[in-house]
Amino acid sequence: MALSLSQIKNKALSIRIQTLQLHGLAPEARIASSLSNVEVMTALYYGGFLRMDPKKTDCEKRDRFILSKGHGGISLYPILADLGFFDSSELARICQKDSFLGGIPDCIVPGFETTNGSLGHGLGVGCGMAIALKQKKSKAKVVVMVGDGELNEGSVWEAIMFASHHQLDNLYLIVDQNEKCMLDYCKNVVDLASLKGKMREFGWKVHSSDGHCMEKLLPAMKKLFGDKARQPKVLIAKTVKGKGVPRLEKDPLCHIKSMNVQEIEQIVRELQS
Amino acid sequence: MTKMMRDVIIERIIDEMGRNKRVFFLAADFGAPSLDRLRESFKDRFINVGIAEQNLINVATGLGLEGFTVFAYAIAPFLTMRAFEQIRVNLSLHAQVRELNVNLVGVGAGLSYEVSGPTHHSLEDLSLMRLLPNFSVLSPCDTVSALSCVDYAIKNKGPKYIRLDGKPLEAVYSDKCLPDMDKGFREVRKGKKVCLVATGYTTHTALSVANNASSPVGIVDIVRLKPLDEAGLFKVLSKYEHVVTLEEGFIGGGGLDTLVSGILTDRASGIHLKRVGFNNKFIFELGPRAYLHSLVGLDEPSVSRMVAKLNCHNKK
Repeated sequence: MALSLSQIKNKALSIRIQTLQLHGLAPEARIASSLSNVEVMTALYYGGFLRMDPKKTDCEKRDRFILSKGHGGISLYPILADLGFFDSSELARICQKDSFLGGIPDCIVPGFETTNGSLGHGLGVGCGMAIALKQKKSKAKVVVMVGDGELNEGSVWEAIMFASHHQLDNLYLIVDQNEKCMLDYCKNVVDLASLKGKMREFGWKVHSSDGHCMEKLLPAMKKLFGDKARQPKVLIAKTVKGKGVPRLEKDPLCHIKSMNVQEIEQIVRELQS
Repeated sequence: MTKMMRDVIIERIIDEMGRNKRVFFLAADFGAPSLDRLRESFKDRFINVGIAEQNLINVATGLGLEGFTVFAYAIAPFLTMRAFEQIRVNLSLHAQVRELNVNLVGVGAGLSYEVSGPTHHSLEDLSLMRLLPNFSVLSPCDTVSALSCVDYAIKNKGPKYIRLDGKPLEAVYSDKCLPDMDKGFREVRKGKKVCLVATGYTTHTALSVANNASSPVGIVDIVRLKPLDEAGLFKVLSKYEHVVTLEEGFIGGGGLDTLVSGILTDRASGIHLKRVGFNNKFIFELGPRAYLHSLVGLDEPSVSRMVAKLNCHNKK
């Protein structure tokens, strides 16, 4: 059931805090990538946009969500635990022996459709699923999240062209546009320039939103998933990599930066105040 | 006229698609005369993804994860090498956790496309695909074994690579002598001292060698390199003094020679092994396939000379 705006905002704060705490337990898990998509994932999972059954992860009617930017995965762990895909006690064992919660999520985690530690695969696989669902006459949809750095991969553009050619109107792409890849700002590496213009030219229906402000994000998602256009749709969510941690927010190298436990505790206190 | 393996395979898939609505056929803008009928008959389950092998594998994966049996069809080197990481992550890796039936059909084994140059040669594919966990690797040598491979692919789940020659090849098998899909190999000729182990096109080279030899030469045709009844193959090979592997692929890099060498070494066998194939060098030369094979001693006369020597050679 969808939550109210204030409930969702509280959820997002809680997910951000838990994501930071997970990073404290597993410093190898990338934190900055997982902080940029907290609100988008929270809106998606708690805003009533995804049909799902946490107790039956292979339910035919479920919407398929593929987190193609696998490095931003640890923020999904507290959401899946909270919704009952697996027991919350698993979170404390992240990256430990016998845990299924890795630094980068695999398809062995209940609620994960695919393995996506390697970038550029999710959208093409999503295209295959979208074709399959149409063939089955299913009403389920496919939602894929990529990072903007991931859009450097040529395979993503093969899939972008394929999706519009086949009018995959049951396929939704969310771009976590945090503007940074590993070594620099994306625009200094390979400048995507107007992503909106590019996606439009490639035959996609383009939606956009601030990716952190729930007041804007929730209506944008409502519009996205209510859009009846007979073409694939994209939501470009403008986000900040390392959101909530000022040191990371302004660091072009934040993808590979870790936080120590004291820093995490300090940031958590600030977020809670 | 002898049919191409790809055409008999596609005709069998057309039959299957007529019976079973949960079969898709994807192509990376690569055709065949038989494919025209498939395209016409199953417009909703045939997809040409375009010249985009990475997306071919990714779309095939999505369909496979949703429970469809998928055939993904392209030129062998581009299918296996352009999209190797897609194959690794999306097929090989997922197959360990999820059920899927995705079959990669690559045309142009070895030097089938002899005048198209090294980009179109496929000398690495068997090694690469054999390397991947959860994968089956099939390499038929004629239309009968090609049909056995496609039937095997339909019946058995998992990701598979089916390597097809780009040229029509004479019959090795018949209805009376089918390939052994339980074991993955068949001793198609029994010999005395020397056994040739071959797959695909080189099985035909082996047959020519055996036909010209003064004493009986054994031939084992490997129709499925993985999984393979290794103990069963060893039992056959252990009757011989010399084993010669013949492959249209790079040797010493994980292909047929490595497979046979491992089987012999693991069992501390004293059987002498000779490996014939391509050595760490691309082939820019042009000419008939037999000529290109002669550059590395893989042609019939060269192998016949080697076998004659081995037949005279007494093992110490």
